[in-house]
Amino acid sequence: MKKLVSLVLVLVMVASLFVACAGDTSEPAQADDNGNVAANDASENNENTAASGDALKIGFIGPLTGGAAVYGNSAKNGAQIAVDEINAMGGLQIDFNAQDDEHDAEKSVNAYNNLMDWGMQILCGCVTTTPCVAVSAESNLDRVFTLTPSASSPDVTADKDNTYQICFNDPNQGSASAQYISEHFADAKVAIIYNNGDAYSTGIYTTFTAKAQELGMNIVSVSTCTDDTNDFSVQVADAMNAEADVVFLPIYYTPASLILNQANSVSYKPVFFGVDGMDGILTLEGFDTSLAEGVMLLTPFAADAQDEATQNFVSTYVEKYGEVPNQFAADAYDCIYALYQAFTASGMSTSDSAADICEAMIAQFSSMTFSGLTGADMTWVDGQVDKAPAAVIIKDGVYVAAD
Amino acid sequence: MAFLSNLINGLSLGSIYAIIALGYTMVYGIAKMLNFAHGDVIMIGAYVSFVSIYSLGTPPLLALLIAMCVCTILGVVIERLAYRPLRSAASLAVLITAIGVSYLLQNIALLLWTANTKVYPSIVEFEPLHFGGLTITGETIVSILACIVIMVGLTLFTGKTKTGKAMRAVSENRQAAELMGISVNRTITITFAIGSALAAVAGVLYCSMYPVLIPTTGSIPGIKAFTAAVLGGIGSIPGTLVGGLLLGIIEIFGKAYINQELSDAIVFAVLIIILLVKPNGLMGKKVTEKV
Repeated sequence: MKKLVSLVLVLVMVASLFVACAGDTSEPAQADDNGNVAANDASENNENTAASGDALKIGFIGPLTGGAAVYGNSAKNGAQIAVDEINAMGGLQIDFNAQDDEHDAEKSVNAYNNLMDWGMQILCGCVTTTPCVAVSAESNLDRVFTLTPSASSPDVTADKDNTYQICFNDPNQGSASAQYISEHFADAKVAIIYNNGDAYSTGIYTTFTAKAQELGMNIVSVSTCTDDTNDFSVQVADAMNAEADVVFLPIYYTPASLILNQANSVSYKPVFFGVDGMDGILTLEGFDTSLAEGVMLLTPFAADAQDEATQNFVSTYVEKYGEVPNQFAADAYDCIYALYQAFTASGMSTSDSAADICEAMIAQFSSMTFSGLTGADMTWVDGQVDKAPAAVIIKDGVYVAAD
Repeated sequence: MAFLSNLINGLSLGSIYAIIALGYTMVYGIAKMLNFAHGDVIMIGAYVSFVSIYSLGTPPLLALLIAMCVCTILGVVIERLAYRPLRSAASLAVLITAIGVSYLLQNIALLLWTANTKVYPSIVEFEPLHFGGLTITGETIVSILACIVIMVGLTLFTGKTKTGKAMRAVSENRQAAELMGISVNRTITITFAIGSALAAVAGVLYCSMYPVLIPTTGSIPGIKAFTAAVLGGIGSIPGTLVGGLLLGIIEIFGKAYINQELSDAIVFAVLIIILLVKPNGLMGKKVTEKV
């Protein structure tokens, strides 16, 4: 028996050696002990991109697995389409490297360090807020220009001259949602369920209520949850007993799916109004999309928009990834094009250091105007974008622009 | 009306806690160890039934049976490989091993099913009942019924059958039971088998009620159920029922009437107060150690 056990253990050890070896080749190159990063970056990683030796190295960080994986993968796919299009045009070539952070700040900083070892010159990320706050603090010290597709807290850009957002920030989302609800649901009773353990959710909640008070809206129920909350019976019952017509949900899609399910099971049918965190609910594995019928959310992107750029993007995305892109895909697509526009206008070359590129990009972004899928004539002040929001509604399992 | 609906929500949550807590209480009563991997067996049971319903297209009841079989085998294997070699080791070593098994199961689930959230299809197919403004969901009725059936069944099993009597004997005094010709190892294996099959039932019911499935789904209800077992008196089957229901009701009432953020703190505060007054839990037996 003992012999058998030790034999098994030896086999496991041998197997793990092989696994470790195989792992080395697919991971980005690690810096050696002397911090000698530049020497080992070029040759090893070029095999999986079309780029030639002197390409602009853009790193990407987002949750490719885990509870927020829909955002990370959508953003990565959207960015990849933009990279492929730019590379196909000739001219500037982009070398794109996407890393997973599982929506975890610590893992995100590890992913950032991996990308720095790889020789990243510009960061497109992170996708979610909490990791982005941690990573942008690092990238600010290292002087790497950072453009996030979707991390929307003001903390992401606060006191960091190198970090820019292509999405609305939370105050903007909260007050815009309040404005929209008061205009379209006059005299409605409004309930709010938010996650008071999450910076994103609390941020939107705060600005929403401030704006709602200013507009004289009738908020009849406010309840909270945490990341671990699975039972929403009390929160839903509270909104239901207060006879709320609109339930505002500034939370991510996973808890939102539980709330929709709970409301359905007690036959409560108000209008659910989400924010960009609601985007992704339709692609949740096993989710009955009929529960999300009529859910509204503010988003800068609707896949059914008729302009040519959106239609091209949507058809390419559907062809490549088999689903209709959401707002995150469009945000990341815009990120790559905004970076492309700024980089080509700055006159920098791909052999310049990340720090030099960073200064040039800051100069470009604070003065340029960019038009993309998620808005026309975007401008930036202190890293925050200025553009117009629009509402979408879920009809027959797809997002449709609401009037 | 709000009070009644909160009470029913509390009862249904509590009955699931009670079913989970049975696994803790039986293993503790008989093997004198805390099986912290129990919560993760629940999660495995939920995943197995999810795969069976969603990918294989089996009817829900068959999926439940498959999950119970897989979990029974899993429970027995865990006991055989991880806990039996430590039967005579210090209880701390067994505790740490149980925590290790818990992480092992979570990571296996992570590998097999990834961290992506799965939305669990409810196995209960009847429409909710309406009484005036009060709505009782099918899941609530099924979980309360399941809890009662399981409690009655287990009480009869431990009271009337030979195996059940052997379990009680081992729980009372392991050496004496062995001297009377009872196979302690076999009895403990049966305990794990029953506890794990119940974990599968709890997993299916819990996920039908709160349909989000991730590899850590089992850990929070696992800890709450353990609290319920201690509250009711660990080792006592009726105590587990009382503890589970009480915990569910306190949690929902705490949320509804006191403070939503503090609901978990209230649950544990109640536990501390009860343990101060009755150190063996509400219905636990007082064991005097003879020197």
